[in-house]
Amino acid sequence: MTHLLPPEFFTTTVPLNAYLILSAILFAIGACGFLFRKNIITIYMCIELMLNAVNLSFVTFSYQFGKVDGQIYSFFVMVVAAAEAAVGLAIILTIFRNRNTLQIDEIDTLKN
Amino acid sequence: MDVILFTFFALVAIVGAVSLVLQKHPISSALSLVSVMVALAVLFLLLGAEFIAAAQLVVYSGAIMVLFVFVIMLLNAGAERESRKGGLAQFLGLPLTAILLVFASSVITQSMSNAKAVKFGAFAGGGPREVGWELFTRYLLPFEVTSILILIAIAGAVVLARKEID
Repeated sequence: MTHLLPPEFFTTTVPLNAYLILSAILFAIGACGFLFRKNIITIYMCIELMLNAVNLSFVTFSYQFGKVDGQIYSFFVMVVAAAEAAVGLAIILTIFRNRNTLQIDEIDTLKN
Repeated sequence: MDVILFTFFALVAIVGAVSLVLQKHPISSALSLVSVMVALAVLFLLLGAEFIAAAQLVVYSGAIMVLFVFVIMLLNAGAERESRKGGLAQFLGLPLTAILLVFASSVITQSMSNAKAVKFGAFAGGGPREVGWELFTRYLLPFEVTSILILIAIAGAVVLARKEID
């Protein structure tokens, strides 16, 4: 398999910007989903996707500067996301128990 | 090899993210999100962040997504109905996110002109030993504060989700 491809193919590296742009793309997709979806659980998952995209940025910058600090920040983001998921899903449970719906355009008591 | 792995898993992540947004049923969205998180774990590994890659698999695609799937099953969430109200977000959402993406990409390409090229194994400072050392020396206070945060989250989740006794 190795001799079929030129040796440069195995030694080429990925530019760091590719990781950052991938992170921006994932964040934009997550923001789109946050704006367009109407199901409260799906919106919540879009927020998790955006947090993950930011984590990728942190880890990429950690690689760029050769320090571990970025990874520790992304570790803290993960911990806060876990706590947030527990509380948020409990809130979703309570909303569903009281209103019997998951559509966000039917949960509009605070509007107007 | 780096290029193949990056391209493949970046495509998996993007396709999974698009699928997360487009799927009508929440459980399909949840499974798409799991695929995004696993792909991101591989990308973390390529960047030399071994501990974060493992934590991503265990915490995100393990714990958090299981919680999501449990809640979806518990609430018996069906497919999303079509929205009756349009709203400002429906018209301005796509252009504004496109502007955000273009702006972010241009800032990245302009300001990161001295960026390194990513090669697997070039950065070896992301193992559990190095992360743990930093976490328990320089970041000890944030680490301890995190434990209080989690305690509050546990108490809040229990208070919110318990049944009212009357």
